[in-house]
Amino acid sequence: MSILNSLYLSAPEIGLVVTGLILLLVTAFGGVKTSRGVTIAAVAALFGAAIFTLDLFTNPSFALGGDIWSGLYRMDAFGSFSKILIYLATIGCLIVTPKFFDATNEYRPEYPVLMIFGAVGMGIMVSAVDLITLYMGLELMSLASYVLASFARSDERSAEAGLKYFVLGALASGILLYGMSLVYGFTGSTSYLGIRAALDGGMSTGAVFGIVFVLAGLAFKVAAVPFHMWTPDVYEGAPTPVTTFFATAPKVAALAVLMRMALDPFGGVSDVWQQVVIFAALASIIVGALGAIGQDNVKRLLAYSSINNVGFILVGLAAATETGAAAMLVYLAIYVAMSLGSFVAVLMMQDKNGRQVENIADMAGLSSSNPMLALCLAIMMLSLAGIPPLFGFWGKFVVFQAAVQADMLLFAALGIAASVIGAFYYLKIVKVMYFDDPAGVVEGRSDTSRWIVLAITTLIVSPLGYLLTPLLGDVAARAASALFFVV
Amino acid sequence: MTNIGGIGIEHFIVVSAILFVLGVLGIFLNRKNVIVILMAIELILLSVNINLVAFSAFLGDLTGQIFAMFVLTVAAGEAAIGLAILVIYFRGRGTIAVDDVNRMKG
Repeated sequence: MSILNSLYLSAPEIGLVVTGLILLLVTAFGGVKTSRGVTIAAVAALFGAAIFTLDLFTNPSFALGGDIWSGLYRMDAFGSFSKILIYLATIGCLIVTPKFFDATNEYRPEYPVLMIFGAVGMGIMVSAVDLITLYMGLELMSLASYVLASFARSDERSAEAGLKYFVLGALASGILLYGMSLVYGFTGSTSYLGIRAALDGGMSTGAVFGIVFVLAGLAFKVAAVPFHMWTPDVYEGAPTPVTTFFATAPKVAALAVLMRMALDPFGGVSDVWQQVVIFAALASIIVGALGAIGQDNVKRLLAYSSINNVGFILVGLAAATETGAAAMLVYLAIYVAMSLGSFVAVLMMQDKNGRQVENIADMAGLSSSNPMLALCLAIMMLSLAGIPPLFGFWGKFVVFQAAVQADMLLFAALGIAASVIGAFYYLKIVKVMYFDDPAGVVEGRSDTSRWIVLAITTLIVSPLGYLLTPLLGDVAARAASALFFVV
Repeated sequence: MTNIGGIGIEHFIVVSAILFVLGVLGIFLNRKNVIVILMAIELILLSVNINLVAFSAFLGDLTGQIFAMFVLTVAAGEAAIGLAILVIYFRGRGTIAVDDVNRMKG
């Protein structure tokens, strides 16, 4: 395709990069006082990118994709769907942030700039159809995330979270890269099309090793068991708005990359990776559920909850069918709303001195001091547990339906049984908020932007969300069919 | 090209595999110093580069060498960010011993 066409189809990412660089100059010359302006500009840029991507998504001539930039980058419905989710989640995380740093006066204009670069990196990695592009996007995202995790200078835990995230993230990148080098060596190509063609023509042992290393590296990034051990520490130590970000946008990006990798270049050899994904899915569901029991820090508990949810999403991948992929996308969209909502609710819990309340026992009495916040958080928890009238149930329903349709009855039954364990700790939070003696610690205090984000996510998760099912199902099916189109 | 002066592709793969394993062990077995972990990460990335360049030469395809250039660049950025985080960590805690990175229980 022509260069103009390439420029047009990758305009959201190019626009974000240019905006990010300009804002970086503004922060360098303007200093701290530009914080507000830079934040607003960043939100506007991300919103513009999301709208433009939506426009590309609805444009039928690009739905099934065109390879641009000489086959390094693919514009298709799958990439657009993931990118819209990523950009919207980033906006949500960005507008709830500034007030968090009021107490320590640590908010800097670099924060929104890092968020923009992180979002661009994610956009690039979900659209990449070449190992080199994928690696560059992944690193752009990771490097921004490492800095964000250690953003709260005055909090020792933040620096420790940054350090742990950096070391394990770099190890994951190394493993992924080693796998990529083996895949390149044994297939002779770095493009997804070339790899797929080579693998379909017969596979060597070296290529199997490469595939396993690549999947292990990506499993690190999505925090699937057995590569999950960094998650609780990083989620607890990072500043809460950054944790909100980690639990939403990078999760979508990493899962989308895992889907594209597994189903596009490795799609013809699904028997090699299916067993691994089945194991990772079941182990994540079980470890996520058991690990959360006995946690007294709510951020740590939500970290285990995210491991648990990744397990459910991987159930759709284990099916290795188009329905499975569509189910994963539906679950991902619902998961982003649930996760964003619950972290924003946690963000809004403060004590009298304006410090964040993270201890679960201190949440007792929230139902009387701030009934609305308690209600929203309770809805989020019940939805994460998958209790039927709420929308979280629909996500679990579609992924297990896909597994059953793929004749994986035992696997689906085990997953459903394990999901019951998870309900225990979600209900515990509801019980502490509503039925325990008020500890008199927590006070919900917050600004309008947080209430807006919380209200929107609560509405999506509430039974009203079911009005979205035809739309969401249709859109996810289109995105998933783009993934299988190249076969 | 089947071999360079009697050295075949398998020799390169073995060397890079050894370097890779050393790097991974360096991260997990090292209990002393976080700087050593940064060096172990570099070792992993260099083992990847050996792989890429060797495959590139034996396949007669330039892509691997271009990939290696990208990896080198990113490795530099990664080391810079790692050291920056380490400096913040040291300012807060006054130590960079691996055993002391335990403010949160994992």
